[in-house]
Amino acid sequence: MGVDAKKGEPVRLWCKGAILGYKRAKKNQTNNTSLIKIDGVNERSAVDFYLGKRLAYIYKAKREVDGTRFRVIWGKVCRPHGNSGVVRAKFRKNLPPKSIGGRVRVMLYPSRI
Amino acid sequence: FVSRSKKCSRTGASTMRSPASLTNPRYRRYNVTKAGARPKAAKPEAPGPVTKTIGGPKNGGKRVVEPKGPKFYPADDEKKPKFVRTKAKEYTSSKVAKLRGSITPGTVLILLSGRFRGKRVVFLKQLEKSGLLLVTGPFKVNGVPLRRVNQAYVIATSTKVDVSSLGTDLAAFDDAYFAREKSKSSKKPGEEFFQEKAEKAPIDPKRVADQKRIDDKLMPVISTKANLKEYLSARFSLSKGQRVHDMKF
Repeated sequence: MGVDAKKGEPVRLWCKGAILGYKRAKKNQTNNTSLIKIDGVNERSAVDFYLGKRLAYIYKAKREVDGTRFRVIWGKVCRPHGNSGVVRAKFRKNLPPKSIGGRVRVMLYPSRI
Repeated sequence: FVSRSKKCSRTGASTMRSPASLTNPRYRRYNVTKAGARPKAAKPEAPGPVTKTIGGPKNGGKRVVEPKGPKFYPADDEKKPKFVRTKAKEYTSSKVAKLRGSITPGTVLILLSGRFRGKRVVFLKQLEKSGLLLVTGPFKVNGVPLRRVNQAYVIATSTKVDVSSLGTDLAAFDDAYFAREKSKSSKKPGEEFFQEKAEKAPIDPKRVADQKRIDDKLMPVISTKANLKEYLSARFSLSKGQRVHDMKF
């Protein structure tokens, strides 16, 4: 959640998402697909808006790269998962296991409205 | 093969469910025989019946002879030309992104990304060559200059501003106007290192003049509508508990 430096206005143009884990059955998991729970999305019918939206998993590292210690793994919402609004996502690089339970930003682009 | 008939638990009567390929919009089928098909090689016209003259006094003189059928019939069915969606008419007719129905000249758009994210801007026109949208703050109102923006990074609201007063002014703006200027590049990497850092180039006065010209025409239109100026100067932001998928823009 950012705040505009000059005016102090809140600017959040992304939805909050939680990383639930990888697509999996009981004892096998598919690491290239993660499951994301988007805040406020509790039905499969509501997921249609978010399909295709870009996802950003942001994490910090010790070494500065390109002037910042923050790093991103970009991904996309692929399809719904189940009936309760959970969503499957694929990232450019698979999400690291320590991200489970962590925050992912669901951007509002590419926009279709 | 999975049986797709569903049995009613009460009566035991079974109903066939149509396969997913017919009902699920994901398996949209495109009309195979129409625009996307590669043109078939023209078949040579099949020869019609031939009238032949035959000799002999009692044979009637002429006979109509049907041509013999082909000597060879292929064992498999004739192959249909593959449907190439990218060659279909709807894709080749215009090379530029199709403008969403919700975006018309004068629509207020919300920018989703980039330096001006969250700002509400006025849409002016779609540029011909690149398909990008030409928008303006107006600059006086929210600091967004005449700028290009990709449709995908924009939410169209239902608020509209009357931009008919701009008319021919917009014709001056095209992709070449916004093209990045090619900076004089120094070939030697060592030389670059020792050069002083280039000063930030001052804003082209032509741009300033164009901006003023457009904005001066838009401002009276914006001032007439109640709260529109405040609306355009405020930023869009999400807050706790808001569900974007339920929002009406």
